[in-house]
Amino acid sequence: MPAATYSTLAVVPAYNEAATVRDVIRELSRDAPDVDVLVVDDGSTDATAEAAREAGARVVTLPFNLGIGGAVQTGFAFALDNGYERMVQVDGDGQHLASEIRRLRDAMDGEPGIDMVCGSRFLRDNGYLAPISRRTGIHIFAFLLSRIVGQRVSDPTSGFRLYNRRAIALFARDYPHDYPEVEAVLMVHHHQLRMSEVAVKMLERGGGVSSISSGKSAYYMVKVLLAIFVGLLRRRPVVEPGDASPTAAAHGI
Amino acid sequence: MELRIQLVAIIAAAGLFVVVLELVRRRRLLERYALLWLFSALALLGLAVWSGLLEQIARLIGIIYPPNALFLIAFGFVLLLLLHFSLAVSRLTDQTKVLAQRLALLEQRQGRPDGEPAPDGEARASVAGRSGGGE
Repeated sequence: MPAATYSTLAVVPAYNEAATVRDVIRELSRDAPDVDVLVVDDGSTDATAEAAREAGARVVTLPFNLGIGGAVQTGFAFALDNGYERMVQVDGDGQHLASEIRRLRDAMDGEPGIDMVCGSRFLRDNGYLAPISRRTGIHIFAFLLSRIVGQRVSDPTSGFRLYNRRAIALFARDYPHDYPEVEAVLMVHHHQLRMSEVAVKMLERGGGVSSISSGKSAYYMVKVLLAIFVGLLRRRPVVEPGDASPTAAAHGI
Repeated sequence: MELRIQLVAIIAAAGLFVVVLELVRRRRLLERYALLWLFSALALLGLAVWSGLLEQIARLIGIIYPPNALFLIAFGFVLLLLLHFSLAVSRLTDQTKVLAQRLALLEQRQGRPDGEPAPDGEARASVAGRSGGGE
């Protein structure tokens, strides 16, 4: 079945990405023309919203900066409210390629029951070179998460993900605050949703400033580790009526 | 307990109690946040006045000089208050986030910025059928 039968929303979180957001939107309309685009302007102080609107995207402007988690959750809420069956997150800095969305969709179409497909930079050697400090952190998270969820997670910090309706509903209701990707993998596990990974190409950042500067990576590590371990102990609300209780999810390292 | 230090403790605790009450009276402090303060002040006042109990507590936890027990208890209340505020701040942060998101979505729906036309909310309703896990 062609992927186009599912209404899909691309959510582009953008904080001061006026330099790149236009290209991201153009690329999306060229390489994924059947996908609606929503830019979540996370309280930018530059012309991000105007640039996005000029390029033809719908724009939601947050009154102040919420951070990546709050911005993406706005996208989930929009997708839920407007009845989209799928949502894909595409970062506003040009790191994620619209042409690679196809791979995410193929993975979701190809395996029924998958609620979240993550684009991974590390499943295959594709020339992506993050700074060594960041890669080390990613691999530590990857190791921990793989143990906890009982399935290989090679790129837990990748934001390039495709979600179905169940995942949208879950994350519209509860999405982590600051550095959400790692914790989101845990949530998917605890709620007994299913995820898979697929190898994708990603670019180096096109412009702007990463939400994780190298100076902050130690803080990032500690915070996410705290989130992981607290997450292990946390009860989660049931997403859908009639679902198995999330606390029944098997976990443990 | 020595009279001087007892007097100082009584005055400080009573002063705290009065200040908090006055702040509530002027509506500068919500009752919700004043309660823990008032309770702390009362407890400290009680212990300062009723020095026999304080001495007993001090002996029980192995503190030789009873006023030190008063400090310890006061410190405990301070920690409790700080934790209480961290909880309040966390809740406010979360509520603020939700408000910001709802406001932004509402503005988008109404096309507020630059008089942008309202989006195709109705058209979308037709595909609103749940796909569930059946994808």
